[in-house]
Amino acid sequence: MEKVKDLLQMVNIEKNFPGVKALKGVNLNVGYGEVHALVGENGAGKSTLMKCLIGLYPVTSGEILFDGKTIDHYSTAQALTMGISMIHQELSPVLYRPIMENLWLGREPLNRFGFVDHQEMYNKSLKVLQEIELDEDPRTLMVNLTVAKMQMVEIAKAISYDAKLIIMDEPSSALTEHEEQQLFKIIRKLKSKGTSIIYISHRLAEIFEIADRVTVFRDGKNVGTEFIDQLTMDQIITMMIGRTMDEMYPKIPCQIGETILEVKNLSHKKYFRNISFEVKKGEIFGIAGLVGAGRTEVIETIFGMRPKISGEVRINGKLVEIKNPMDGIANKMGFLTEDRRATGIFAVLGVDSNIAIPNYDQFLSKIGLVDDKAVTIGCNEYVEKIQIKTPSLNQAIQNLSGGNQQKVLMARWLMTGPDILFLDEPTRGIDVGAKAEIYKLITMLAGEGKCIVMVSSELPEILGMSDRIMVMHEGKMTGLLENSPDLTQDTIMRYATGTQDDF
Amino acid sequence: MRHQNRLQEILTKYGIVFVLIVMIVAMSMIKPSFRTLNNILNILTQCSVYGILALGMTVVIVSKGIDLSVGSILALCAVIAASLGQSNTASTKYFVNMSELPIIVPILAGLLVGALCGAVNGGLIAFTGIPAFIATLGMMTICRGFAYIYTSGKPVSTLIPSFEFIGQGRLLGIPMPVVVYLIMIIITKILLNNTRFGKRTFAVGGNINAAEVSGVNVKKILLWVYTYMGLCAGVAAIVSTGRMVSAQPGLASGYELTAIASTTIGGTSQSGGIGTVWGAVVGALVLSVMRNGMTILGIQSYLQQIVEGVVIIVAVILDMRKNARKA
Repeated sequence: MEKVKDLLQMVNIEKNFPGVKALKGVNLNVGYGEVHALVGENGAGKSTLMKCLIGLYPVTSGEILFDGKTIDHYSTAQALTMGISMIHQELSPVLYRPIMENLWLGREPLNRFGFVDHQEMYNKSLKVLQEIELDEDPRTLMVNLTVAKMQMVEIAKAISYDAKLIIMDEPSSALTEHEEQQLFKIIRKLKSKGTSIIYISHRLAEIFEIADRVTVFRDGKNVGTEFIDQLTMDQIITMMIGRTMDEMYPKIPCQIGETILEVKNLSHKKYFRNISFEVKKGEIFGIAGLVGAGRTEVIETIFGMRPKISGEVRINGKLVEIKNPMDGIANKMGFLTEDRRATGIFAVLGVDSNIAIPNYDQFLSKIGLVDDKAVTIGCNEYVEKIQIKTPSLNQAIQNLSGGNQQKVLMARWLMTGPDILFLDEPTRGIDVGAKAEIYKLITMLAGEGKCIVMVSSELPEILGMSDRIMVMHEGKMTGLLENSPDLTQDTIMRYATGTQDDF
Repeated sequence: MRHQNRLQEILTKYGIVFVLIVMIVAMSMIKPSFRTLNNILNILTQCSVYGILALGMTVVIVSKGIDLSVGSILALCAVIAASLGQSNTASTKYFVNMSELPIIVPILAGLLVGALCGAVNGGLIAFTGIPAFIATLGMMTICRGFAYIYTSGKPVSTLIPSFEFIGQGRLLGIPMPVVVYLIMIIITKILLNNTRFGKRTFAVGGNINAAEVSGVNVKKILLWVYTYMGLCAGVAAIVSTGRMVSAQPGLASGYELTAIASTTIGGTSQSGGIGTVWGAVVGALVLSVMRNGMTILGIQSYLQQIVEGVVIIVAVILDMRKNARKA
């Protein structure tokens, strides 16, 4: 292995928070023009290390060398001027201001009177936007951009700071496949110019596509750095969780019973049309497709979150009219939403309230008040059953890891005693270990005779878990496939891109 | 280390109670007259009116709302209740030929008007989607206007003795306003902590979208939240009218802010989903003890206002730090 001169060396970094050792002597080297992936379960220390690097946290001990110089005690603003930029997972643009003002926020070019020079700002913006081939007028308001384009504006901003190192935290989590390829194109271009990238992601497949080297984190330490072509996905997973993962998808065939849910010619004003399928008792029905294909909207409409314009839904053969989630729940449906933070958790409320919210009717005393003791007993049952790791029931859910938050939400819906469970991206943004547990839970529920409808963008997940798969393309169903070991990701992609269409 | 953390935890959690205790102890040492039973009952009586408003306001703020109209609603309820509770000996009678009515009539009228005004607030917020700040800002001037039109700007006075009893009488030695306040504390506590409505109010304030997906009828909850706030304003109006044995349309101007201040000092978060009834009580007591203490110490009333403002701001800064530490 040739000795590369490194842009960044983080040596023996320790970071203590009151009562917690978040980083226990981490080493990380990133070469010039290298795409260096960081992987690890949530809480393994990736984010903490990056926050130390961009100057958000001071390190407790250890040394950071950047571009040959030791740096310490710097602010995020100083990190930016040194050439360290970070593109956060949650973008926070100033939505109702133009792209150019977002780009130069805090360092607006001024004219000789000390006023903002809009012409100069426009010209400079045009230049950086061209550099990343983003074809947008710098005067366009941020709010009119897609998430992918907002992200590109962030990258443009990093370039405008002459960033030598750009940290990307889960950049692809909100992107479509196509947008992801565009992102990779930009990354390759940056790389060819000598810019280094630290790429944090849960999606191992894309790491194999884009990264040169990968560093795996576990429990606040780096457990290994390897060239990507010397590793397999299984090896990385084993390094991440510290044990071998025998089976990621524990799907076992289970007794499939009579038809529970029937959807006929369901159409929405805007998102989809003529969707028909049925799901049987004990069956896991996967819905695949690209982002924007209308998958989420289909199940949201069935559950009553969106109005349909035509079509019918039957449960156990009986026609039902579901106008809102209350009706959906009354018809024994449960719905795990895609965006945990926006439509799932009550961040500041306790685990108990988060589980019990649709279920208080079960816990009323004789005079109609909520019986808190019964709630506690009821919640504890699920905490044990699905192994939610929480210090206590009244712990605010925001303090739990993503995987445990997701389990709390599963508990919420299981407590309603649903026959039909809609799962929208059930493992988004949670780490590999928690994923496996969620899969186990889904399998168990199917085994109990629930009918499960799962929307997912992760094809291995769809193929690993589903009995049957519906594929959608631009609001239309293009395929209804029996899952079998012969079914490949490529086949599903052909349906998802509309290249193949059975209807 | 561990003990220190525990102590810190208790201090941050009950910080405002310690502030209250320190204030009481300090005042007791400086001025023995502060310590008298009468003065203590006096402090409680003084905070009963805005204390009751603060209870309703806690429910509103937990739902991530705000209600600026409660002072005006209080005034409207008060003049209507007073007009129905005048004694035959009154020199200017609102309803000239009406004989004295039983006390239950003005009470029910006051509560009903309060609840109705609250329902209008709740309806506007739930069904038109305008922000609570705007809806209640509008209702603030509307109700005040109605109060002035109803009375032609004049006070309504000389009420029946049972009305006076509500404001100035005692039950087992406890002033009636304090009795009413205690009852409202218990009702609000049960409502917020032990009913489905209360649990759902926390959910709506915590994350309105998640609440909707979880099958909570968000509109209905909001409607009732503001209706309850209005009802509290009605109760406060009856107490206030009883204490002064009269009502005038300019009554309780700015009380909405005192109520919001009490709630906020007590740790209820403007970002929704966090709040306690006892916090609202402690907050109201802090303001009352402070006002009473400063008056006993002979501090100029304008200076009192400045001190009050500082206390509100500091309380919120401390509270935000508490919540930031958790995250």
